[in-house]
Amino acid sequence: MNKQEVSGGEALMLSLQEEGVDLVFGYPGGASLHIYDALFQQQAVQHVLVRHEQGAVHAADGYARATGKPGVIFVTSGPGATNAITGLATAFMDSTPVVVISSQVKSHLIGTDSFQETDMIGVSRPVVKHSYLVKKPEEIPKVVKEAFHVATTGRPGPVVIDIPKDLTDASYNFKFSYPKEIDIRSYKPVVEGHSGQIKKAVKALLKSKRPIIYSGGGVIQGNASEELTNLVKLLNFPVTNTLMGLGAYPGTDPQFVGMLGMHGTYEANMAMHNSDLILAVGARFDDRITNSPDLFALDSKKIHIDVDPASLSKIIDVDIPIVGSAKTCLGQLIAELEKEKYKIDKESLKPWWEQINNWRKEHGLDHNLVDKAPPKGKILPQQVVQSLYRETKGDAFISSDVGQHQMFAAQYYHFDKPRRWINSGGLGTMGFGLPAAIGVQLAHPGSVVACITGEGSIQMCIQELSTCLQYGLPLKIININNQSLGMVKQWQDMQYGGRLSESTYQGSLPDFIALAESFGHVGMKVEKYEDLQKSMEECFKMTDKLVFMDIYVDPDEHVYPMLEAGKSMQDMWLDKDKKTWE
Amino acid sequence: MKRVLAVLMENQAGALSRVVGLFSQRGYNIESLIVAPTEDPTLSRLTMTTVGDEKVIQQITKQLNKLIDVVKVLDLSASDYSESELMIIKLSNHKVTIKKIEELGGSIIYQDETILNVEFIGTSSAMDKVLSTWDDKSLLEVVRTGVLGLSSNVKTLTI
Repeated sequence: MNKQEVSGGEALMLSLQEEGVDLVFGYPGGASLHIYDALFQQQAVQHVLVRHEQGAVHAADGYARATGKPGVIFVTSGPGATNAITGLATAFMDSTPVVVISSQVKSHLIGTDSFQETDMIGVSRPVVKHSYLVKKPEEIPKVVKEAFHVATTGRPGPVVIDIPKDLTDASYNFKFSYPKEIDIRSYKPVVEGHSGQIKKAVKALLKSKRPIIYSGGGVIQGNASEELTNLVKLLNFPVTNTLMGLGAYPGTDPQFVGMLGMHGTYEANMAMHNSDLILAVGARFDDRITNSPDLFALDSKKIHIDVDPASLSKIIDVDIPIVGSAKTCLGQLIAELEKEKYKIDKESLKPWWEQINNWRKEHGLDHNLVDKAPPKGKILPQQVVQSLYRETKGDAFISSDVGQHQMFAAQYYHFDKPRRWINSGGLGTMGFGLPAAIGVQLAHPGSVVACITGEGSIQMCIQELSTCLQYGLPLKIININNQSLGMVKQWQDMQYGGRLSESTYQGSLPDFIALAESFGHVGMKVEKYEDLQKSMEECFKMTDKLVFMDIYVDPDEHVYPMLEAGKSMQDMWLDKDKKTWE
Repeated sequence: MKRVLAVLMENQAGALSRVVGLFSQRGYNIESLIVAPTEDPTLSRLTMTTVGDEKVIQQITKQLNKLIDVVKVLDLSASDYSESELMIIKLSNHKVTIKKIEELGGSIIYQDETILNVEFIGTSSAMDKVLSTWDDKSLLEVVRTGVLGLSSNVKTLTI
């Protein structure tokens, strides 16, 4: 822009350009009209019109997860702002960098219960890393700079910028200048681990006979996959990933023992419980991992690397806490280990590896289920994921919704690369999958993007099928249709005497094929095991079309293993009748 | 166990609501809270008393430090500290003796034929003791600021 002076709206667009933003997800409204007019008059930043603000935030979040770049969202005041809240909470729980720019009613109307007024700063407070209410147009560049800095550094998270409408009005102009540097005196995230703690950690790592590395979303967010992989190889340790951490270490590597936790593999949970040392990196010992904290890995020494000091010893007391970024701290560990004075005795881990491999042999997941006709004739949900894995050669970006299908996807799709597995782990937001896939596809236009979903979740943001048509996004939607809210039903089967309270639809499901077609896409229905692989092939041949695969599966299938509540990590249900404890 | 935390934060709209929100959001208790701008007008200083074991206090401190608006946090009760609280009580005039007020260290800041407003300054336990000496009938109303605190060593909570 060659103009000497700019409006608040133009200043916002210029600031976004300065931050390297090329894509914004949003939905216009009364209070954001000035901003949308400024958007219209420039080309550098493109806009994706969603069909609901929740979809905008999930899409931007998916974009952020798949790229590491912050996702940006425009919403209007009032309902636009409140519709963004679920998306913000989702991003907050999974620590992803998104910046929501919400418009607010005009300054003089704030507090008067004016039309479409909501206290966005107040409503969003518990689910943001930070928020800004802009007071003057001249503040916009500095606030944008700060917001992006806060969202993307330290433990990343969502940030809200609330801008009253009058501040973006084209009738007021001022000189634009973008700050080069930022200094927030109260915000200085620690990157480098304390050298004394690193040395202590190395000694503990070398002494251990039954070690395990437990890594989480922090390794992916912190771009530390390479360092993690190098460390695991250097030490010959087993490694497990959380639901959020899948792909941080290659899923097909023999040293990977699978996901851990509530629906983790038998070998991962057994190895955690029986370990003498746990190195946790970018993970937070949440309740879906530890089961009962007072029974958690009692014989194990714990080293914990996290960029957020508040994660350390929050739930589980840690012996060697290390504050710092996963990438830097893992690098420091490797550098220390490579010093000559240390000898890494890989042989000493032999009995431990034998034990782990026995566990794996005993009750490991069967990754070839898809080769066998299902016993009851109905397709198993696991087979759908395996079929998808084979068809995409394990190289797709997979978004998921929330429930049984999410767990099956996590268990059976092996992620060899980070940022390929996009799901709502912390908040568990049904409706996340489709809009997140939109963000992923826009970030990686040439790549294969599939959304593994269920007939429950997909209906929560189904309107975004319209967005997909507008932008020509050839997503593959794998709807694992078990005609019930599967995870709710599983718990009702297991703990409520099979009383299926409100977890089925009484024959009211839509015709998803007709529905997909009405949105201008292709629909495919699969009901027979014999048709599964063939249909999957057919689906992925349609590279330029969105295909909605509605795959009917056995509604009685449960996700196993499953940790028994109130017990330790070694207490699992292995199938409907088999459990590991007495 | 009672703990006293001192928090230095940006003197900005919304900062206090973030601190207070954190406590309700994470299930921590606030027994008292007092806040005012410091000699540096860009900063506010907040003193709060809360209850919790070592682990809870550590978590509270870390979570407070995580807030972008919070500049520094000090657990005053982790070492020696001085505390003081201001209390004003309203007494029905005809039932009190001025002598008793003087003995308790109070000073009368308002007086008419029906009521007396009396000011006391001291530790919160001293304030509790003062209150216990009045019966319900003569003690009409009580207002307390909550605890203010400073560490009793050279360590200061400044930037």
